[in-house]
Amino acid sequence: MENVLLEVQGLETQFITPNGTVHAINGVSFGITKGESIGLVGESGCGKSVTMLSILGLVPTPPGKITAGTALFEGQDLLKMNEAQLQKIRGGQIGFIFQDPMTSFNPVLTIGRQITETIEVHLGLTSDLARKRAAELLDMVGIPKAKDRLNDYPHQFSGGMRQRAMIAMALACKPQILIADEPTTALDVTIQAQIIELVKNLRNDLGMTIIWITHDLGVIANLARRVIVMYGGYFIEEAPVKELFRNPQHPYTLGLLGSLPRLDSDQHKQLVSIEGAPPVLLEKPEFCPFAKRCNYANEVCHIANPVLEEITPDHRVACWVKPKFRNVQS
Amino acid sequence: MTTPPKILLQVENLVKYFPVHANINFFQRKTSLVHAVDGISFNLFKGETLGLVGESGCGKSTVGRTILQLYRPTSGSVIFDGIDLVNLPPARLRKFRRRMQMIFQDPCASLNSRMTVGEIISDPLVVNNEVKTHKEIEARVAGLLELVKLNPAFVNRYPHEFSGGQLQRIGIARALALHPELIVCDEPISALDVSIQAQIVNLLLALQKQLNLSYLFISHDLSMVRHICDRVAVMYLGMIVEIAEKNDFYHNPLHPYTQALLSAVNIPDPFLEEKRKRTILKGEIPSPIDPPSGCRFHTRCPIAQLQCSESVPEFRELHPGHYVACFLATL
Repeated sequence: MENVLLEVQGLETQFITPNGTVHAINGVSFGITKGESIGLVGESGCGKSVTMLSILGLVPTPPGKITAGTALFEGQDLLKMNEAQLQKIRGGQIGFIFQDPMTSFNPVLTIGRQITETIEVHLGLTSDLARKRAAELLDMVGIPKAKDRLNDYPHQFSGGMRQRAMIAMALACKPQILIADEPTTALDVTIQAQIIELVKNLRNDLGMTIIWITHDLGVIANLARRVIVMYGGYFIEEAPVKELFRNPQHPYTLGLLGSLPRLDSDQHKQLVSIEGAPPVLLEKPEFCPFAKRCNYANEVCHIANPVLEEITPDHRVACWVKPKFRNVQS
Repeated sequence: MTTPPKILLQVENLVKYFPVHANINFFQRKTSLVHAVDGISFNLFKGETLGLVGESGCGKSTVGRTILQLYRPTSGSVIFDGIDLVNLPPARLRKFRRRMQMIFQDPCASLNSRMTVGEIISDPLVVNNEVKTHKEIEARVAGLLELVKLNPAFVNRYPHEFSGGQLQRIGIARALALHPELIVCDEPISALDVSIQAQIVNLLLALQKQLNLSYLFISHDLSMVRHICDRVAVMYLGMIVEIAEKNDFYHNPLHPYTQALLSAVNIPDPFLEEKRKRTILKGEIPSPIDPPSGCRFHTRCPIAQLQCSESVPEFRELHPGHYVACFLATL
């Protein structure tokens, strides 16, 4: 593959807790090419955020521990870097937008200071120039009177504006990859639409590579070009966005799509519910993590864990039961 | 519909203001008012689900709580089954409380973590002297747990032993304990995972059929509201701007705010998303302490004219059952 910007292989992360070892991610691999936008989908606790935090060395150690894997970014393994090397990359070449705009800013520093700090550290600009650049950034993300707002503290910004400021900060050093961890979950729909539009424009104008972590398949349909579905610490399906929605293969993906009511449909059919609850990851499952909730599961599913297999070009699924053999047992 | 449905709840001109206090020289002073709910009226029919949607801070939860008299309204009336609850003395109100219950957004925070499931669910029964003996309590609790599809063997467990979806089921069992007629569901699924949301929604719909319940379903999820509600009301800054039958509402939204809200929702279909044109609202919801003059939406409205900032639009019926508060709305 050409132009691969980030290549992750066999990443495994565990958390050592008093109740036992939590197997948060169990060997995930993916590559992302320049200019691509990937959606990473899954329910809470499936490991989607931990995957990204692990790559950037942001998993607190202890209790967290990356037990295996490599993450090559421009030929260098991020997982082998020391803190100083990582700091150069984080906020510089890889930007990160966190879920909760309320708690991800330092409340006692002005918004301006928090953005200029990034710029001064990574780009080595003088404080005057950094301030100028920070004002440009706030202006770009649509904050009115950007220059004056630099002196505001985070509490003086509303939720939507704080998320915009967070995006401005992540973009401060023109990162090659922007990782967005549920950036719109805490926001109202009209504000969410504003933020998504903003990110789409940035992607189209700056050609930025985006990894968007979310549980909202609607946002994914709108924004991503390729989708990875996670469950219980594994990647279970990966496909281009249209292929995934038109032709979902994994029973979990099918269930997720069926459980969503549609805004544009009059049909009043019952929502498909996936019975049971997401797995607790205290044991590394030796069999398919979804088997216990799966309508199609047979004996094999309870014995061995399927690997991601390519079924058509670009579409990979981890499931033992091929669609034509699926009989709903209910 | 052949026979006109019976009105269960009639809300008329409901107003709820909250005072904002400031500490000035140790004296608490009432400095200003939050106009949380500012004159709303609607009916809720027996056996129907009315969706109440809007962005955070628009006052939708306050409406729910004011109807249940958890907050006493500033003015207006809440007529439940023919009786105005607003001026009822507490003793008489108590007789009505059991007929109206609530399901909360955060199932974890709305259950006492030191009580067992059995204690939580039987509490309303005990408080209302519904049950006399331990045997009766056990039987009723077991019945309620089965009703919400939980294993009756769970009675002696504590809330921390359950997942979010199971906790919400416990909350629903508690709400059902006294055979209520009206349930105010305040964002009952928004704290749950996607695959669990469908479970709870299916349960709520099945219970409604089985027990002939009426729901006031407060939500910001317009897709889910379309799935479960019969009628939809949209709130903006303490006022209802549009109310209509579901299909009317989604096919022909008349208020510019409703149109923008619907256009902001992401549809899980990449083919459709590619072609959709969106109206993206500028700015954010203004403060309810000092709401804009005239039509409260005029500061963000894409089609606002001079009159919109000067006078308040009347809430008028443009089509049978389809009410809208906008000067410019036409069919």
